Amino acid sequence: MGYREKDSVETHNNLAKPIKSAVDKFALLPEFLKVRGLVKQHIDSFNYFINNDIKKIIKTNDRIVIPQVPSLYLRYTKISIGKPVEYLEHHAEELNPHMCRLSDRTYASPIKVDIEYTRPNQTNKEYKKDLVIGRMPIMLRSSSCVLSGKDEAELAKLGECPLDPGGYFIIKGNEKVILIQEQLSKNRIIIDTDSKGRVNASVTSSTHETKTKTVFFIDKDKIYLQLNQFSKPISIMIIMKAMGMENDQEVMQMLGRDPKYGFLLLPSMQECRSEKIITQKQALEYLQGKLANLSSLRFEINKDDRVKKILTNVFLAHVPVKDGNFRPKCIYTAVMLKRMMDAVLNVETFDDKDYVGNKRLELSGQLVALLFEDLFKTMNSQVASRMEKAYDKASRSTPLDFIHYMMSDTITNGLERAISTGNWDLKRFKMNRKGVSQVLSRLAFIATLGYMTRVSPQFEKTRKVSGPRALQPSQCGKLGVVDVEDLSGEELHAPDSFLKFANAMRKLRRKSVIGEFVSIFVHERQDGVRSFDDFVREGLIEYLDVNEENNALIALYEHEIPKDGHDEDNADVQKSSITHIEIEPFTILGVVAGLIPYPHHNQSPRNTYQCAMGKQAMGNIAYNQAYTLLYLLVYPQRPLLTTRTIELVGYDKLGAGQNATVAVMSYSGYDIEDAIVMNKSSLDRGQIVVKEIYSNETSDRIVRPQNEPRKQALDADGIAAPGQIVRRHDILVNKQSPRNKRDRITNPMALKDWYTSFLIDYAPSNVSYKGPEGETTVVDRVMLYSDKDNKMCVKFIIRHIGDKFSSRHGQKGVIGTIVQQEDFPFSEEGICPDLIMNPHGFPRYYKPNNFLQIFFFFFICSLFSSLHYRPSPNF
Amino acid sequence: MSETAALNMQDIPQRQLPEHLELQRTRVFCKADAPAHISKKVMGSTACYVDVQKESKLATDDLKDLITEDVEYSGGYAGIGFDNSLQVDDFRRDFKVEIKNLSMDVIEFDMIGIDASLANAFRRIMIAEVPTMAIEKVLIVNNTSVMADEILSHRLGLLPIEADPRLFDFLSENDTPNERNTIVFKMEVHCKRRGPRLAVKSDQLKWLPNGSELLMESPNPSTKPRRFTSFSCSQASLPQISGRPIGMKHLDIIITQLGPGQSIELEAHAVKGTGKVHAKWSPVGTTWYRMLPEVKLLKEVKGNDAEKLVKKCPKKVFDLEDVGHAMKKAVVSKPRDCTLCRECVGGAGEENIALRRVRDHFIFTVESTGALPAEVVFTEAVKILEEKCERVISELS
Repeated sequence: MGYREKDSVETHNNLAKPIKSAVDKFALLPEFLKVRGLVKQHIDSFNYFINNDIKKIIKTNDRIVIPQVPSLYLRYTKISIGKPVEYLEHHAEELNPHMCRLSDRTYASPIKVDIEYTRPNQTNKEYKKDLVIGRMPIMLRSSSCVLSGKDEAELAKLGECPLDPGGYFIIKGNEKVILIQEQLSKNRIIIDTDSKGRVNASVTSSTHETKTKTVFFIDKDKIYLQLNQFSKPISIMIIMKAMGMENDQEVMQMLGRDPKYGFLLLPSMQECRSEKIITQKQALEYLQGKLANLSSLRFEINKDDRVKKILTNVFLAHVPVKDGNFRPKCIYTAVMLKRMMDAVLNVETFDDKDYVGNKRLELSGQLVALLFEDLFKTMNSQVASRMEKAYDKASRSTPLDFIHYMMSDTITNGLERAISTGNWDLKRFKMNRKGVSQVLSRLAFIATLGYMTRVSPQFEKTRKVSGPRALQPSQCGKLGVVDVEDLSGEELHAPDSFLKFANAMRKLRRKSVIGEFVSIFVHERQDGVRSFDDFVREGLIEYLDVNEENNALIALYEHEIPKDGHDEDNADVQKSSITHIEIEPFTILGVVAGLIPYPHHNQSPRNTYQCAMGKQAMGNIAYNQAYTLLYLLVYPQRPLLTTRTIELVGYDKLGAGQNATVAVMSYSGYDIEDAIVMNKSSLDRGQIVVKEIYSNETSDRIVRPQNEPRKQALDADGIAAPGQIVRRHDILVNKQSPRNKRDRITNPMALKDWYTSFLIDYAPSNVSYKGPEGETTVVDRVMLYSDKDNKMCVKFIIRHIGDKFSSRHGQKGVIGTIVQQEDFPFSEEGICPDLIMNPHGFPRYYKPNNFLQIFFFFFICSLFSSLHYRPSPNF
Repeated sequence: MSETAALNMQDIPQRQLPEHLELQRTRVFCKADAPAHISKKVMGSTACYVDVQKESKLATDDLKDLITEDVEYSGGYAGIGFDNSLQVDDFRRDFKVEIKNLSMDVIEFDMIGIDASLANAFRRIMIAEVPTMAIEKVLIVNNTSVMADEILSHRLGLLPIEADPRLFDFLSENDTPNERNTIVFKMEVHCKRRGPRLAVKSDQLKWLPNGSELLMESPNPSTKPRRFTSFSCSQASLPQISGRPIGMKHLDIIITQLGPGQSIELEAHAVKGTGKVHAKWSPVGTTWYRMLPEVKLLKEVKGNDAEKLVKKCPKKVFDLEDVGHAMKKAVVSKPRDCTLCRECVGGAGEENIALRRVRDHFIFTVESTGALPAEVVFTEAVKILEEKCERVISELS
């Protein structure tokens, strides 16, 4: 017993022993990325849509009813989205993303539904399973994608790069990203002033059934409600009465006892009185008179019902009305009124629309869901109207069947069109946005990643407003603040900084145990199996959003937490007031800015420049390369000095640069030593040739060349061979098309005998290389495939060598001159630099000692190869 | 020292400079901040007069920050009767070459009693003008590897070839490739369809002493097709070559990797060239010289200071020596290893050490790529310089 006690005491002492820093904190980050990932937000939102949201949409719109014949209906019972396949004439072909990229197809899965429906004059229901109502474009690496859960070898087999993050769509062979849209929060009261300077409270309600906007405003001291369904603004007191709150005093009391509120509400009450409205009934009657003549309300028979319906379903639609109980709505209205009045009394309580806490980020899943909902409703109404028409027709040869009127084109084409053009034009939801999706930039790996994490703000770029463009303090830690691309898009960095390391924490602190971290980390080692999610579940790690951040005090480093007693450096911060600690401070930066070593030693615009330039860095883009334009580096190298971010995104596996020996001296300008260093960039270009099959069963053909000019690059099969040098106007495919493409050929065999038919039936329709004059280019690869109409296609990758060049670290360099090795300086050890930088080119804004430190770091890091950049507290 | 009137000054011996001026003439001084050439491009004797008058104190302290240029002018010390000009006889007597280290690929030797301009000329010639053989033309029959043709060719070009370039002629534009100016190699590699990846190494390049085996495509099918080279006899039968077959210097250089089913078939033609045109013809990886470092302890450094000094030096130039009574003093044991990093003169104790370089003593290092032995690279460079000089002389006369 005694032994045990001693042991436990020792363990306890060991646990309670203060440690200097939580070094292993970093290890949480890769774990976090496993759970969340860099583009996981896209994928998760799409998965949510596919697995949950789409079912809800179907559920709320599950019936197609023909109004004239109530017995005739169709009901959706189940919806599912399978693996991506394409139905060709007789068989289903399984799709994979790379195939779609090559053959310009859409990577999409059929949307299958189970339905039950009735036929006229028949009592029993008909059932149909797995009816395809359209094709849903599938996000790469989402749960429905063939790539999900595949390992590196399997991905390679599918022609896919394992480092590719996914999160985009392939529409007709083009990669499209749906940008993250920044939006004002839904279901949140925003107090603002409108264009006329009136105080204005608005709520955008969003539920699965409806999406509406309710606006209150103060005009001449009276408070009105603005709602589209009413022809003119309605005094707020009338609304309150219509919802059953007949007693003015009750309304007053809901606002609060302060007489100031009373004074502000008084004019509205007086107006209500002057309209002689006292009871709920009177209020409803009054509202009936104010109804707008909207077509959507045409069908309602009872006017009284219409007003009630509007109050239930349109006015503050997100506040539910159960069994005709308007009480919650009244309370919500009162809250809105109170917020408005607060704003009148105290200007500071106005909401800032740019405050990140008032915004939500809308992700691909939500956007696709909106699109799908709109198209699904459209399809349903189309089916209904077709059925109706068909029912009216007296003579029918076949019995009326819903199946015949279910068309899959509406949804398929609608989704494809919207994602490929980026125009979200949804009249039903009053949404008309352009540029929602963009072509994924593939010029550099980092550019691709940067694209996936970018946030598109919601304001017109033409407007000269500074507010939304300026940096908001609340963005810090949420949106990458360094990489703001011409002020129109912001980078969303990994949401890792949404989570702060909860300081074990409050409980232990109350006991004033110093080493809170100790117990946690030792514990972790003991079981060794707790995942990141476990930490979150146990409350050791918390996700904080902007609003919650306001109630927290977050330390970036452990050493910033003041010691017990008085710490002179941090005298203004009490230890007990710190609630959280950041997992890793560098996560404040996004992916693109994270590539910069020692950013905190840089002049700030340098970091911004580097963000723009990092995306232009040449190197390998991915393991699979079949894009129309790409730049490759012949000898890419892994940087000697890496950052954690580089490793986390796998950039070190691709490499986009070379480690150079640099001499800093004044020589003859910016110089570069050897041709090997320079010999690098290849610019490849793709061209597409399609072999057409014409209606009369004749087809194009590709024939063997006969020693003709400009055809030296062709092989015996009539297609240019890889490795052949091509110049401008050289022929890549020796293609011939039939002259007669319309009339039926009596003897198709005549076509086969190409000696006789050569001049008679066919005219040359060669495809030639249209590159620049005077440049020698080489055919790199030839890809043959058949497109979705089974036509044979040939794609070429054509390579030429360029000599573009640039230096790193936020400093653009131009090759001033190329100098022979023997003219270069050399050191005592015989080292000859690869390039010389002029010291005058360094930013002059450094204090000399800073300058030296940076060089010291570079020096150290290049000596010991893969040292990690880690900001030291001393600098 | 008290000032002396000019008239009372003692006579200065002829042909012998005072010690500080002799050092100034023959040494480069290194102080903690940077190497300083403590001398002046002395214009006539006036400056010298001042120097002598004010003694070395002025020369070392006051002038060092101002003046960093050499006394190269032959009449630089004429005012005190010293002839600074170079005499051929003196050069003949004093010039020495001492080989310190010689291995297959590296030679280190000292060249003593020569001006920097000449030493640099040798360095430049070795890098850029000594010819070697390197692959210049690659005829690719088939290349299904992932490496593009031009990159593959570039890599082949950089391989050092073991062939004495002195036995070959330059191939000028109008020449037809023959056994006197071209070496032909052949490579045929195939990676089996089922099997691991194959690393293609330089040993796969096989010498074809009879020249190219590929036929030129001729526009007229009736004429006899020609080959890419026209060898009149086999290179192996040439007397100079017969003993030492031509091949790659290193047989284990990885050229590329082949995946299953990929293959490469090519012919590579090597010709003579110089590093000036392309670095692949340079016979050396690099070659460089440094002036001999001279480390002198001006005062005796003992005890703790001595230990500190020994520790300071990254190259272990200093050593400890027992002086009895459990005392140790620092001695300069390996001055040659000094890189003049100036660690020892930084901080306290700076005044104890003099760091200098001998102005006319060059330590040369030649790192050969293997195409030529390192010592041959140097002798070839000497020949080339000689040739150049003769050309100048013949042009002048």
